[in-house]
Amino acid sequence: MDKVLPFFVAIPIFSAIFMLLIGKWEKKIFPRIWSIITTATLVFLISLIWEKGTIIHVMGGWRPPYGIIMIKDHLSLLMLIIVNVVAFLSIIYSYSYITKYEDYLRFFSLFMLMLAGMNGVVLSGDIFNLFVFLEIASLASYALVGYGVGAEELEASFKYLILGAFASLLILFGIGIIYSVTGSVNMADIARFLINNSGNKAVLMATGLFLLGFGLKAGLVPFHAWLPDAHPSAPAPISAMLSGVLIKVLGIYALMRVFYHVIGVSELILNIFLVIGSLSMVVGALMGFGQDDIKRLFAFSSISQMGYVMVGIGLGTPLGIIGALFHLLNHAGFKSLMFLSAGAIEGETGTRSLSELGGLRQKMPVTSASSVVGALSISGVPPFNGFWSKLIILLAALKVGNIWVSAIIVLTAFFTLSYYLRFQKNAIFGDIGKKVEGAREVPIPMVVPLVLLAIICLLVGIFNHSIISNIIIPAQETLLDRSGYILSVLGNL
Amino acid sequence: MTLYMLNFSLMMVGMYALIVKRHIVKKILGIAIMEYAVNHFLILIGFKKAGISPILTKDMDLATFIQTAVDPLPQALVLTSIVIGLGTLALMVAIAIRLYERYGTFDMHEINRLRG
Repeated sequence: MDKVLPFFVAIPIFSAIFMLLIGKWEKKIFPRIWSIITTATLVFLISLIWEKGTIIHVMGGWRPPYGIIMIKDHLSLLMLIIVNVVAFLSIIYSYSYITKYEDYLRFFSLFMLMLAGMNGVVLSGDIFNLFVFLEIASLASYALVGYGVGAEELEASFKYLILGAFASLLILFGIGIIYSVTGSVNMADIARFLINNSGNKAVLMATGLFLLGFGLKAGLVPFHAWLPDAHPSAPAPISAMLSGVLIKVLGIYALMRVFYHVIGVSELILNIFLVIGSLSMVVGALMGFGQDDIKRLFAFSSISQMGYVMVGIGLGTPLGIIGALFHLLNHAGFKSLMFLSAGAIEGETGTRSLSELGGLRQKMPVTSASSVVGALSISGVPPFNGFWSKLIILLAALKVGNIWVSAIIVLTAFFTLSYYLRFQKNAIFGDIGKKVEGAREVPIPMVVPLVLLAIICLLVGIFNHSIISNIIIPAQETLLDRSGYILSVLGNL
Repeated sequence: MTLYMLNFSLMMVGMYALIVKRHIVKKILGIAIMEYAVNHFLILIGFKKAGISPILTKDMDLATFIQTAVDPLPQALVLTSIVIGLGTLALMVAIAIRLYERYGTFDMHEINRLRG
């Protein structure tokens, strides 16, 4: 089954190029259908590698640590599911949404490149390849953020581009330092070397560089300046991908992989994670509180929710990591739901301002219902999925005895609830706003992903136990088992 | 060691331009300078004084080859990184031109419609 792994990268890249070639003759229908087929294929491919444990594909027959490998373990599987399912739903949504823009072809082409980059990051077993795929995904996302080529989109895209390029350089510098110390770019080989030779000062510098670089990509406070500009400026399906998937894969997943498996966590790193996480939670929630623009509100809420994940990781206990990974999965669901419904609302009413919206419940019943489900999930109302993951993180913090962090978690949950209630009150319920009068329900291809995501939020919340024991706990065990990772890649070399 | 120091100060020059300068093109140049510094750092890792190119021919002794040949891996990494850098740079310049069309200025302080 290991032959399947390269296809997660190859299919979207091939698809992107093929689309541009065929696009000379057929510009409108073909790219949309073709990208739905591509993403559906990727989702189908996941089912092939579902229950196979760790799979390693050796590229070109060069054994590790010399050759390039792709590795799928339970952590990668979790991320693959998140990436490809959200991408599939966003592509279906784009089928109607893209009619806002003139150029369909490049949108889908760049989308496919971004998808290829993210799948590559998740599957890569080689730290330099991780960087290359990260750059593919980032470059495509810079271009997609500025896709509307309006003044504000370009400004957001440029800010994102400058900070993203800076982050990439720091990561590359860190990789250079790691290579000079260990003489290898294979992650398992680096890990084996660092276990035997600990206490190198240069590695500490690389640690700092990785923390800065991946922290910038994840949009964590204090590296968050680009996120509230870039995520709202992008087209809605791209916002859903950026907030729902990209910051997780390029930021959080890379941090987890590099620190838990390659460099190894220490008390210092875990404490830094805790501090960054708590800061992100509080700052994101407080900034989200005063926003009038709904997409900007959701972007700040992303920062705050990523803070939860960082705190879960920073606790370092199995329970904390289960909470963090579960929240990662849940956040992908409800945040992409929120951004997609924001896109639907903006498309129908022409505004994103809370003060101009109102009474959408009467004009757009399905969109309103699903965005209410999303808002309830993200603010942690019991039957929905957000409640369980936040509860697990809170319990983990209490179990460690970290009162401050527990207090911050509760406080942020309260803030989150209050600003999402404000969104519901001003946009969904209440009197019909001036701009809402002409609004109608969005077309079927946009409704389907919204409803599906809302159902996913509800079902994950209800069947939380089986999701946690089947997907999350294996991923958590993989993450904490550093020597198991090394052993699975290098064998008993 | 001096080489590493010089390399690091080159990186700091780039970072200075990136952080302090207000002109967009100067910021782009700052990124480019930083990128060259990082690429140069990668090359320095594999560098050996009076080293030979890492091609093993039949008349060479393996032990002396290992001692004198430079490390080829960083060079391969740098090639990839240069290509990525080219892509980033091209995109940055393209967006800078579009920004100039929209705002009529290259000053980053005047390009500030997004706030909050």
